[in-house]
Amino acid sequence: MAVEKFVGTPKKATTHTNQNEDLMFEKSSPGKKAYRLAELDVPAVDSVALLGDSVRTDLGVMPELSEIEIIRHFTRLSTWNYAIDLGMYPLGSCTMKYNPRVNEAVARMEGIAEAHPYQPESLSQGCLGIMKTLSDALIEITGMDTITLQPAAGAHGEFTGILLVRAYHESKGNARKKILIPDSAHGTNPATAAVCGYEVANLKSNAQGMVDLDELERMVDEDTAALMLTNPSTIGVFESDIKKIADILHAKGALLYMDGANMNALVGKTRPGDFGVDVMHLNLHKTFSTPHGGGGPGSGPVACKKILEPFLPTPILVTKADGTLGLEYNRPQTVGRVRMFYGNFGMFVRALAYILANGPDGLRQTTEDAVLNANYIRAKLEGTFELPYKTRSLHEVVFSDKLQARNGVKTGDMGKRLIDYGFHAYTVSFPLVVNGAMMIEPTESESREELDLLIDALKQIAREAEENPELVQTAPHTTRLQRLDETTAARKPILRWKAPVAAEPVLVDTAAKEW
Amino acid sequence: MRYLPKSPLDREEMLAEIGVASIDDLFSTIPAEFQLKRDLKIPRQHGESEILDRFREFAENNAVGYSSFLGAGVYRHYRPVIIDSLVQRGEFLTSYTPYQPEISQGTLQAMFEFQTMICELTGMEIANASMYDGSTGAAEAIMMAVRVTGRDGAVIARTVHPEYREVIATYAQHQEIPTVEVGYSADGRVDLSALDAAITKDTACVLIQSPNFFGTIEDVAAIAEIAHAKGALLIVSIAEAVSLGIVRPPAEADIVSLEAQSYGVAVGYGGPYCGVIACKEKFLRQMPGRLIGETKDKDGKRGFVLTLSTREQHIRREKATSNICTNQALVALMTTIFLSVYGKQGMKDLAEQNLAKAAYLQSVLGSSAGAKVLFDGAPRFHEFVLQTPKGAEETNTALLGDKIIGGLPLAKWYPELGPNASLWCATELTTKKQMDAAAAALAGKA
Repeated sequence: MAVEKFVGTPKKATTHTNQNEDLMFEKSSPGKKAYRLAELDVPAVDSVALLGDSVRTDLGVMPELSEIEIIRHFTRLSTWNYAIDLGMYPLGSCTMKYNPRVNEAVARMEGIAEAHPYQPESLSQGCLGIMKTLSDALIEITGMDTITLQPAAGAHGEFTGILLVRAYHESKGNARKKILIPDSAHGTNPATAAVCGYEVANLKSNAQGMVDLDELERMVDEDTAALMLTNPSTIGVFESDIKKIADILHAKGALLYMDGANMNALVGKTRPGDFGVDVMHLNLHKTFSTPHGGGGPGSGPVACKKILEPFLPTPILVTKADGTLGLEYNRPQTVGRVRMFYGNFGMFVRALAYILANGPDGLRQTTEDAVLNANYIRAKLEGTFELPYKTRSLHEVVFSDKLQARNGVKTGDMGKRLIDYGFHAYTVSFPLVVNGAMMIEPTESESREELDLLIDALKQIAREAEENPELVQTAPHTTRLQRLDETTAARKPILRWKAPVAAEPVLVDTAAKEW
Repeated sequence: MRYLPKSPLDREEMLAEIGVASIDDLFSTIPAEFQLKRDLKIPRQHGESEILDRFREFAENNAVGYSSFLGAGVYRHYRPVIIDSLVQRGEFLTSYTPYQPEISQGTLQAMFEFQTMICELTGMEIANASMYDGSTGAAEAIMMAVRVTGRDGAVIARTVHPEYREVIATYAQHQEIPTVEVGYSADGRVDLSALDAAITKDTACVLIQSPNFFGTIEDVAAIAEIAHAKGALLIVSIAEAVSLGIVRPPAEADIVSLEAQSYGVAVGYGGPYCGVIACKEKFLRQMPGRLIGETKDKDGKRGFVLTLSTREQHIRREKATSNICTNQALVALMTTIFLSVYGKQGMKDLAEQNLAKAAYLQSVLGSSAGAKVLFDGAPRFHEFVLQTPKGAEETNTALLGDKIIGGLPLAKWYPELGPNASLWCATELTTKKQMDAAAAALAGKA
């Protein structure tokens, strides 16, 4: 029996048709080309003679396609993706904001995109100028003393930041043993501590989902290197006791690391450097609008206080005596390099373009609108969904599926059902401190109309959970594919395409193929 | 502010719906002493045309109109126009990590195609969906080998890119992975007897690069035999991925760490690029980073999902194979488009043009008075070490006068080669005219 697709009416989405498309290997046929090299202006060489045994003779299943087929292939694939350009992505913690197109334009300017990282410093003043202007802005925004742009992503920034912490303690004669991490933290925090050779000590949150000061006081000792704290926390709440937290740590010689994943709630309103943070990372792909691109690239600059400056990765960006910019490698106490060259430079260009487009007033308004949007959603949906923590939300709000779970409808089901209404799912089952978490972060990029559509959709889904739970439990119903079998994918992994094994030759009845 | 879709009235009405008097009430959890009551001291708000002007000015302060012979881990190849047409489609550019497969099949299928082509090119059985870059990829590959073998040391060739080795040193120190460096022989390739002597029963892996930092192609089979005889894994790092069109893949390796920047990614002052780890299937559970797998939906239709995430930090936390989360998906998509444009025949043709250009550059520079190509004899791809009559820095400074950026001076990393050695590169984009001009300038300046 066919399931009715909707109880209510999805105002945003209608089912749409998109085209089928095989893997490129299945469309390939010998002799097709999508390239034409320039005429060779030097003598051709005999590759076998030059390379001997090292020469390659076969490229296996590499495809052979024409240009129009490649354009259609990837264009058709693109239509199978949801994207910010299509609508709201209420993914909590991920900060899916608008990615301005001028950012893309400036990143592709010839003198910028074509700059080689080893070209002489005298011929790189533009690139170094971009890095300097961005660094100065980020230092001012965070209230810290100095910064490195080298880390390639947020987790890589965490790695760099904790290496700074370690080097600092080592310089005092003892690297210390453990890093404290709240149970509400992102998984990257404990993974990072482990990569840096530290033990992880789990810090339990209090009844409000915040750092428990008594517990912190009890746990911090001379073996504690740092606390890794996300502020605002993953439940979207500012740690009001932040100064006390910093003081407790500092009294025992430990440092405060801030995971800046949620910095978009603070820009222009408060500065981590002012409230006791010693070191933090930023995600340029969250707060500063560089595109997520289906999973990357990111960029994770690390800002820190003066006491950590000697340990920053090399090279360091410096202004030389003659006023030009340069790269300084001679830093005896450095933690070393964390990435080749200077980091994901293309992301610096985009982030700086975003900062210039906003200015101080725009950045503050951006933060305010992000917080306004989250609180609007909270006000409209409180009661429809359970709100486990009542403390004032900043940029995101975490509900739970407690009310709907009585009918067997879980957060994951409602997230999938949201897809039918023309949205991406919110963040499902995170943070771990909330059972059945539904984490919603609208960002500043959503108009009131789009927010109302989301609110309306979630209310309809809550009604469906009462009236027709199965409809929600089996969602999505309008996508090109139904729920995918992830268990088999993990049990019998197929991670690449292989040419079908050639069968016995069969006589093809060509006549039958004619129309 | 043009990116913010709110009217003043919207804001006013929304505050009323929330039940607060002013926006500042929503920030009341921030202690008053830490509330910023002034404007940030950053550049003022710019109009779009002003942003373009500002960056044009930056661009003009870089090298414009120079012919460059720099390579050394970053290579200027032609980027087919359709790469940027396609990756700037909002559905690719502005989508998130494909955690909801029903509405992310575009990214997922493209990354499955990426993994397939990387396997084919490297001669490995599986590949992940990208790492940050070649340097961190090599470091992660070593940590992976340590987990696989239960041994703790790494033997690293001196001919691996010096900045890769620096990154590895940073990662290795806190993983307590002792590293040993092995030098090169007269032909610029790994010294096989020194390698054999350096591997002990505690060696988890040997890391080499091929083509190596000097542009020379290593004897991967011979090195694999030496490593495997003592139970160590072989990791091959590849910094110039275009070489795989004409150079035999390192199929004897256990793990390959590839930097795919050459596949259609702009040199862009050092990033973003696209690392990727490929390996034998038996090491799957120790692989870091995201993996895309094929599966079916409940109607039996083929689809793709992120899989085996129990290796990753968001599930395993401190017990994960790596702390990596964000990867280089959009850059991996660029490389996938590049590879589909060149394909089976084009990758070979492209690599052969690079061989031909470098052979020509080598002949015109090497025949210049007093100049000499080092490590001549071993097979090479498109880079070589040139010894000039005068110091490399001095020579390069003189060449700048002719709008030529010469090869990379090597004394900083390889003092044993003396002050006159530099690393030169030619790709399919380097013209005969540029090479002749460089040779003439070198002869004049030498």
